Amino acid sequence: MRRSLLFLPGNNPNMLINAGCLGADAVIFDLEDAVSPAEKDAARILVRNTMRYMDIPCERVVRINSVDTEYWRDDIDTILPERPDLILLPKAATSEDILALDRYMSEVEEKLGLECGTVGIIALIETALGVENAFLIASACKRVKGLFLGAEDLTADLQCKRTKESREIEYSRMRLVVAARAAGVDVYDTPFTDVNDDEGIVVDTMLAKSLGFTGKASISPRHVDVINDTFSPTIAEIDYAYEVIDAITRAKAEGKGAISLRGKMIDAPIVARAERIIAMASALGIERGGVS
Amino acid sequence: MNISRRASAGTMESSDAYIEIEPASELSIHIESVVKKQFGDKIESAVREVLSDCGVESAIVRVTDRGALECVIRARVETAVKRSGGGS
Repeated sequence: MRRSLLFLPGNNPNMLINAGCLGADAVIFDLEDAVSPAEKDAARILVRNTMRYMDIPCERVVRINSVDTEYWRDDIDTILPERPDLILLPKAATSEDILALDRYMSEVEEKLGLECGTVGIIALIETALGVENAFLIASACKRVKGLFLGAEDLTADLQCKRTKESREIEYSRMRLVVAARAAGVDVYDTPFTDVNDDEGIVVDTMLAKSLGFTGKASISPRHVDVINDTFSPTIAEIDYAYEVIDAITRAKAEGKGAISLRGKMIDAPIVARAERIIAMASALGIERGGVS
Repeated sequence: MNISRRASAGTMESSDAYIEIEPASELSIHIESVVKKQFGDKIESAVREVLSDCGVESAIVRVTDRGALECVIRARVETAVKRSGGGS
């Protein structure tokens, strides 16, 4: 379950040491935009030590530098031995970008005697070319676990203004959701960057959920609770999911084919959705009837 | 292995440490920290361990601690050593 992914600047000890208590399902240690070129070396070692010495009770993601820079191989050399859950690759524009990273990760894993392929990749799509290649990127190799929309760089590439209304990224959002789902991977929405707009983050997160995103990134710990709440199933959704499973179980026992519940036909997609909701509720410790 | 030039790493911000390292004929470590009474020995031990792992036998190392965790101090010392041209 990865509802919220919180960016933490890779060279800021004050933020890194709190990584485990900010409530996010995943923290993203950022070696890219949050770190100046002169401090890339320091950030790499600091993030490596944070992962090595601290217990972090959520997923650990590291945003490395893009494959068109001189930094990304050093990032992998330093970070991979600590077995992060995922590597976030910025400016992923083609499947070849993913394959170059995959090959190098495999090389390093082999050299270190680590199990090959256990660290996943999330592709950060933040260029027009990346959006157009989204499905190819999502299905480039088995390591790819998700797509991630980066709207700030994308709108710069699209030569349009980034607005709170987000009309300018509607197509990209939908394109990424479709591409990711077609490839069978997750998809994460871009952060909402106004940390003082408490209503804006709610509206933006609800929109992301309604479009089919798996979760949403954040640049502020203040947004984590809203994102987690929005992407968690409601008690009514959980109750209905159990009703669906009960109904389908009864129908099978009675040898019935098609069944209906509350006047609606229950078919395979509805059962699949109910199973996903129950699995998520279970992961959150919520039992039937909303009791945890 | 001895370091070849003066270098520094880290910041003076809260939860960080600022490390300065320079060439010398022997190893000396100087620590400034508000928690030196309680953790001075622990900080020095961590610094010595990182220097040893990097193969540094002689240098002057100054640590200005701003309440950093040990893993942060270790990271900053290692970075300073690498910037100084030392380290294995």
